[in-house]
Amino acid sequence: MAKVTIDDITIEVPDGTTILQAARMIDEQHGTNIAPPTMCYYSKLKTTGGYCRTCIVSVTQGSEKDPRPMPKPVASCRTTVMDGMVVRNNTSPELLEARAGVVEFLLINHPLDCPVCDQAGECHLQDLGYENGKEATRYEFPRREFEPIDIGDKIKLHMNRCILCYRCVKTCEQITDGRVHGVINRGDHAEISTYIEKAIDNDFSGNVIDVCPVGALTDRTFRFKSRVWFTNPVDAHRDCPTCSGKVRLWMKGKDVLRVTARKDRWGEVEEFICNTCRFDKKDVTDWRIEGPSKISHHSVISQNHNELRQVQLGVRKQLQQWDGHKYGLGEGALDPNNQ
Amino acid sequence: MTTTEIQFSQEAQQKVQEILNQYPKEKSKSALLPLLHLAQAEFDGWLSVPVMDYVASILKIQPIEVYEVASFYTMFNLQPVGKYLIEVCQTSSCWMCGAEDIVRYLEQKLGVPTGEISADGMFQVKTVECLGSCGTAPMFQIGDQYYENLTFEKIDAILEELKQENKRSRYC
Amino acid sequence: MSKKLLLANDHIPGINTLEVYRQHGGYKALEKALKSMKPDDIVEEVKKSGLRGRGGAGFPTGMKWSFLAKPEGVPRYLVCNADESEPGTFKDRYLMERIPHLLIEGMIVSSYALGANTSYIYVRGEYFYIIKILQKAIKEAYAAGLLGKNILGSGYDLDLYVQPGGGAYICGEETALLESLEGKRGNPRIKPPFPAVAGLWGCPTVVNNVETIAAVVPIVNISGDEYAKIGIGKSTGTKLISASGHINKPGVYEIELGVPVEEFIYSDEYCGGIRNGKKLKAVVAGGSSVPILPTELILKTAKGEPRLMSYESLGDGGFATGTMLGSGGFIVMDEDTSVVKNLFTFARFYHHESCGQCSPCREGTGWMEKILQKFIDGKATMSDIDLLWDVQSKIEGKTICPLGEAAAWPVAAAIRHFRHEFEEYVNRPESIHDVKHYFRLNNIEEA
Ligand SMILES: Cc1cc2nc3c(=O)[nH]c(=O)nc-3n(C[C@H](O)[C@H](O)[C@H](O)COP(=O)(O)O)c2cc1C
Ligand code: SF4
Ligand code: SF4
Ligand code: FES
Ligand code: FES
Repeated sequence: MAKVTIDDITIEVPDGTTILQAARMIDEQHGTNIAPPTMCYYSKLKTTGGYCRTCIVSVTQGSEKDPRPMPKPVASCRTTVMDGMVVRNNTSPELLEARAGVVEFLLINHPLDCPVCDQAGECHLQDLGYENGKEATRYEFPRREFEPIDIGDKIKLHMNRCILCYRCVKTCEQITDGRVHGVINRGDHAEISTYIEKAIDNDFSGNVIDVCPVGALTDRTFRFKSRVWFTNPVDAHRDCPTCSGKVRLWMKGKDVLRVTARKDRWGEVEEFICNTCRFDKKDVTDWRIEGPSKISHHSVISQNHNELRQVQLGVRKQLQQWDGHKYGLGEGALDPNNQ
Repeated sequence: MTTTEIQFSQEAQQKVQEILNQYPKEKSKSALLPLLHLAQAEFDGWLSVPVMDYVASILKIQPIEVYEVASFYTMFNLQPVGKYLIEVCQTSSCWMCGAEDIVRYLEQKLGVPTGEISADGMFQVKTVECLGSCGTAPMFQIGDQYYENLTFEKIDAILEELKQENKRSRYC
Repeated sequence: MSKKLLLANDHIPGINTLEVYRQHGGYKALEKALKSMKPDDIVEEVKKSGLRGRGGAGFPTGMKWSFLAKPEGVPRYLVCNADESEPGTFKDRYLMERIPHLLIEGMIVSSYALGANTSYIYVRGEYFYIIKILQKAIKEAYAAGLLGKNILGSGYDLDLYVQPGGGAYICGEETALLESLEGKRGNPRIKPPFPAVAGLWGCPTVVNNVETIAAVVPIVNISGDEYAKIGIGKSTGTKLISASGHINKPGVYEIELGVPVEEFIYSDEYCGGIRNGKKLKAVVAGGSSVPILPTELILKTAKGEPRLMSYESLGDGGFATGTMLGSGGFIVMDEDTSVVKNLFTFARFYHHESCGQCSPCREGTGWMEKILQKFIDGKATMSDIDLLWDVQSKIEGKTICPLGEAAAWPVAAAIRHFRHEFEEYVNRPESIHDVKHYFRLNNIEEA
């Protein structure tokens, strides 16, 4: 066991626990909010994390034995605790400034198309931007642009929005067989395999949509384009021969707009679901409804109406920089009051 | 071209065997870079998708694993290239010693901008990063050959010689 | 004449062949090692020698070797890093081209010391002609019983192979190199585990630079203690310096560590002074990643002491007034050189070479290049200088591997020491044209 102190709260955890896991444990036990944000780590998948650098924390004391601080911030998702370690996250202004830098890097090439993005309202990057970002962009150069492409008839890839977190790649590697999905090219030219537009035809391939922290991989079977916050999430299940059949239905009235896995408070799926449940069961009679979903604290849909307005205002602010006509939308199309 | 038509020459197949022998049996994926170099040399200086699929089939790996790797490294050309690919270093020491002039001179002489293949299909200029020839700058590389301490006169002579030779440059 | 341990015989005709190499004392260290030393004795000698890694980081080699995990029944590997792609560095190429057997002998001795029975030399793909030279030399060594089974009757077996890279600077980073050697993209691994515990194919592995491994040969020959007497303080032995830029005699020089920088630049034994009688403006002393220093700080430390070619002296003053020995890529700029434009070529380089795994480096390197492009185009504003500073500071220390720092440091140093030049490009955009970038060619044309 190791004792670790994060933002002045001490917890004892098994050896080998990462700083991030320890912080999440503290939050779970104390109802605090000290866990660093994550964009690439995924506890349900192996070897994730380390890439996005949003989860960095500052280690002000390495361990009981060797109390020297670590010279640079470390990725909390990939750093294991030592007995006597002291960590600062929200309580270190320098660290928060460094994180704001990371968030800025993630955003400089990200398109300002939240208003038309399927993920808006449940996008981790959007949340991150609001919580840790800067007021205005200092990036004045053209952003990377890719054409959206279809990965088979069920999944769409908007490479513009991808932050190269590698979660989808690890998903394909670990829960599907015969990987056809990967990262090609190097540096800021890197992209998710558009090289072959081969369908990912595997029972579990749809899970890449759920693990994607942004709106880069989206569900082509999502019916009636609608902002998520106008949909009603309910938990439901069915007897499925392939997966657990435990899902979340996104409803509008009696219509099932889309089906996803259930996510925990960290925004990670509880159990991966199969493509049949996700793509083919769009009738409410396919499902046994359990009740309204408890939505993670992260997501804007869980917040009350007032906060929702804030988010919409924020989106509207982005809109001022955004060219809606490029997306074939008329003026006012995105005014929340219009919906 | 389909995958079945693509095949290494007898000689190249022997090389493949030699390369595979360099690694423990179950680690044959390590042969990927050497095989891609070989494939590029065998098939006109670039890697088409069928060629990459062929390499995947030799190593019994997924094609995406080959695309991922081939597209990561700058030496692998994923588009057809001129017979002689002239790779001009443009980094610090070479820049200080006139690399930009070299590029401009080549563009003028060949009549095409950097990146494009000359009308006769012979030459293509590409700017690259430091090739470890900084002490003999400016320089360019064609195939496995380094041409160093370049001057315009030297370039004239090199291009003339290659035109005579008229054989696709290969480095392995 | 300063002491030469690696390049003493580099000009002897035929020294690239086994026969001539042996005539000049080649493979004596191997014989000594196999016949009279236990593997740990060699590690001990290397420790005593004070040898520090010549690939850039300067980590003590003996210590690195002693960290190698030795679990039962698991193979260990030695991998030589011949990826040499740091702008300004070309010493490994010279050594491998001229005296390939020195590296091979070093590989055999070091592999024996580490208990490796298979070793690889990973050579950057652009050096394909070097690969052929090495392969030929390796063939000679096998034929002479210096490689393969039961080397020189000692019972020790070693197979040595050359692996080509594919064109990626990042594969010089040791874990990216191992990924590449496994046939993957050259993405640096997230550490720990370190290669000494889980390296090539998950097995304990040591990665060393070409020059480091070559230096093991003289260490075994003359003993670690004798080696440690050469050089200065903790900078023991000799170092290969790749000298380039506006000097009269660019090339690879073996120096005894501790030579004054001034002597290195101006003496005829080395660089022979600045070309065309120009004045010195600045030096990048250890490859593109290290901070650039203006004349007054490269010749003397901030305390006014002569700056020496050693790890400590070049580092004196930290990044505020000092730099690093790095890989020994010594780039000299004369008074007409644009530091900003040179920096731009570095920024373009790092942008091109970022593997793209982590966001600060993937996004930040491109951003810095674009801002610097504005200076070149005469479109920059004063606030761009501050922005550039801020961007580099946001990359530094937040990345998976040191390439992020390598990209940030040159930017920080250029602004630190040459801010006035950035300001000049803002105030007088046309001044970028005052600078002669095309030095040698112009000369030739004039001549
Ligand atoms: C971006 C980057 C590039 C590097 N390139 C090289 C290289 O080309 N050659 C080299 O020997 N070491 C290079 N290194 C250092 C290696 O990671 C490693 O430290 C070195 O090979 C260890 O050998 P040494 O201890 O003998 O120096 C590089 C490091 C980084 C971060
Ligand atoms: S598509 Fe989504 S999940 Fe895949 S790497 Fe990009 S951001 Fe991550
Ligand atoms: S710092 Fe750059 S090169 Fe290193 S892992 Fe991150 S993106 Fe790749
Ligand atoms: S979540 Fe830890 S680096 Fe991305
Ligand atoms: S800078 Fe051109 S070869 Fe190094």
